[in-house]
Amino acid sequence: MFILFALPGSMQQLKQSETKVSKGAIFQKYHHFSSAATKDSSEEGSEEKQTISVTFVDKDGEEKHIKDVEYYNKLEDPTDEENDMLDLAFGLTETSRLGCQVIATPELDGVRLAIPAHTRNFAVDGYVPKPH
Amino acid sequence: MLKAHQEAEVDIVDRLPTPFGLVRSGVAPDHPETKVVVNQFSRVAQHQRCSFFGNVTLGSSISLAELRELYDVVVLAYGAESDRVLGIPGEDLLGIQSAREFVWWYNGHPDCRCLNPDLKSTDTAVILGQGNVALDVARILLRPPTELATTDISSHALAALEESNIRKVYLVGRRGPVQAACTTKELREVLGIRDLYVHLQKDLVKTPIDEEELKNNRIQRRVYELLTKAATSGPSHPSSGQRELHFVFFRKPDRFFESHERSGYVSGVRLEKTALQGVEPGKQIAIGTNQYEDLGCGSVLKSIGYKSLPVDGLPFDHKKGIVPNIKGRVISDAQKDPPVLEKGLYVCGWLKRGPTGIIGTNHYCAEETVASISEDVERGLVASSASLPKPGREGLLQVLDDRNVRVLPFSAWEKIDSEERRLGSLRNKPREKLVTWEDIMKVAD
Repeated sequence: MFILFALPGSMQQLKQSETKVSKGAIFQKYHHFSSAATKDSSEEGSEEKQTISVTFVDKDGEEKHIKDVEYYNKLEDPTDEENDMLDLAFGLTETSRLGCQVIATPELDGVRLAIPAHTRNFAVDGYVPKPH
Repeated sequence: MLKAHQEAEVDIVDRLPTPFGLVRSGVAPDHPETKVVVNQFSRVAQHQRCSFFGNVTLGSSISLAELRELYDVVVLAYGAESDRVLGIPGEDLLGIQSAREFVWWYNGHPDCRCLNPDLKSTDTAVILGQGNVALDVARILLRPPTELATTDISSHALAALEESNIRKVYLVGRRGPVQAACTTKELREVLGIRDLYVHLQKDLVKTPIDEEELKNNRIQRRVYELLTKAATSGPSHPSSGQRELHFVFFRKPDRFFESHERSGYVSGVRLEKTALQGVEPGKQIAIGTNQYEDLGCGSVLKSIGYKSLPVDGLPFDHKKGIVPNIKGRVISDAQKDPPVLEKGLYVCGWLKRGPTGIIGTNHYCAEETVASISEDVERGLVASSASLPKPGREGLLQVLDDRNVRVLPFSAWEKIDSEERRLGSLRNKPREKLVTWEDIMKVAD
């Protein structure tokens, strides 16, 4: 699966040739907290390659209020554990989810994701969260 | 600060030789994932332009006035190392301690090494308060000690808990389940302790004002749902030998009773039933109703909030327990309009906001204070290029040397850290903390 990143604030476009989400240049430049690695393995080695377009809008982006209920409803309901963590999230909205719980599927093509202006997350470089 | 000012040198002064504050002395031993943040803190301390000065106490090693002469900017972030008091009869009886002291004790803080809480002569502990610290204390008292044996809990606390006779723990709140100060994750964890009987009173009433409070507060809503679910589900009595956790709402402590058998020790607490009264939108306080009931216990832990300590030369709001400030800039005279600010003096963290919030709350708080500093630097309100540069790090080292204060740099902590991890590996623990000043200083050498 390919994921195209398009950042309205920066005019950059990046093409990823693997299923893993790259945490590199974009996140360091804009000081984003990065979600944990997405699910892989089931798609690795598969012949079928699909592309979905994902747009991240950071605090410098033009759009301020992204609450796309249509895409939100395509996701599975959050578990108690996710909700417990969302309770403490900065800038929580009705359509907020933890990044690591938004699994890329063909249905999410065209989704636009707003990243909060601040974080209370302290994911540390080099720290590898247990797969969940 | 280091990121915002590429020329700045930043020194961190701590009265303990071990850095990281509450991450080391506050976060519970069975919450190791929360402590991963020390990796980030270590990288900051090891930064070329940063120096850690351990074992240096504000007030006795060096005064605030002296620090302000040595540095362009002084940021006070020393948190809240004292406790709110109830101010009721019997509060000084033995067996009554603050949760802060108890947490420092099980987390190996050298100041509380000799706390010696009595967990043997009683089977009942009453915790006053229902915030996350209260839940931490309850959980440490009620978890099977075998589960704690592989954490970084201090060994003197583990030994005491293994011999503990505490079987019943009460979490007492003045107000109702709608106002409970804990958060969902911690509540869910304590309700899920293995082989624990949990009891809540069935008559948990919710008023229309409560409904209003819940409407706008997601955390409170989910906590309330969890509590009411726990009240109505589960067995109605404990099975034989089972440990018990009781949530008690709408009760405030009126006085403590002294034991007849053991003079000077607490034997119980008188609780007054309360009713809620709205004082402002979204806020209700507990009012006594003159109906009382007594609860027998040999241990009381007060978890009603921390309090900051004032320091010579520092404006302090004794009512709120914080340093008066505007976005981190310390106010010297709030009566004037605009308020007069102290030059080059800032606060951050609990000393600035009051003792609430999680580790991550301080991230945003720090950004705000640094933004204030940066603005002031830009406006020439802090260091002026016209005046002589301040002595800074060299000056501080000189003064401390003259006074024979033994500064422990970050490398000393690294030795302590390495030794703690080595000792821990011998006992299947992530670390075995060094808990006396003597042991710490010996290794730091």
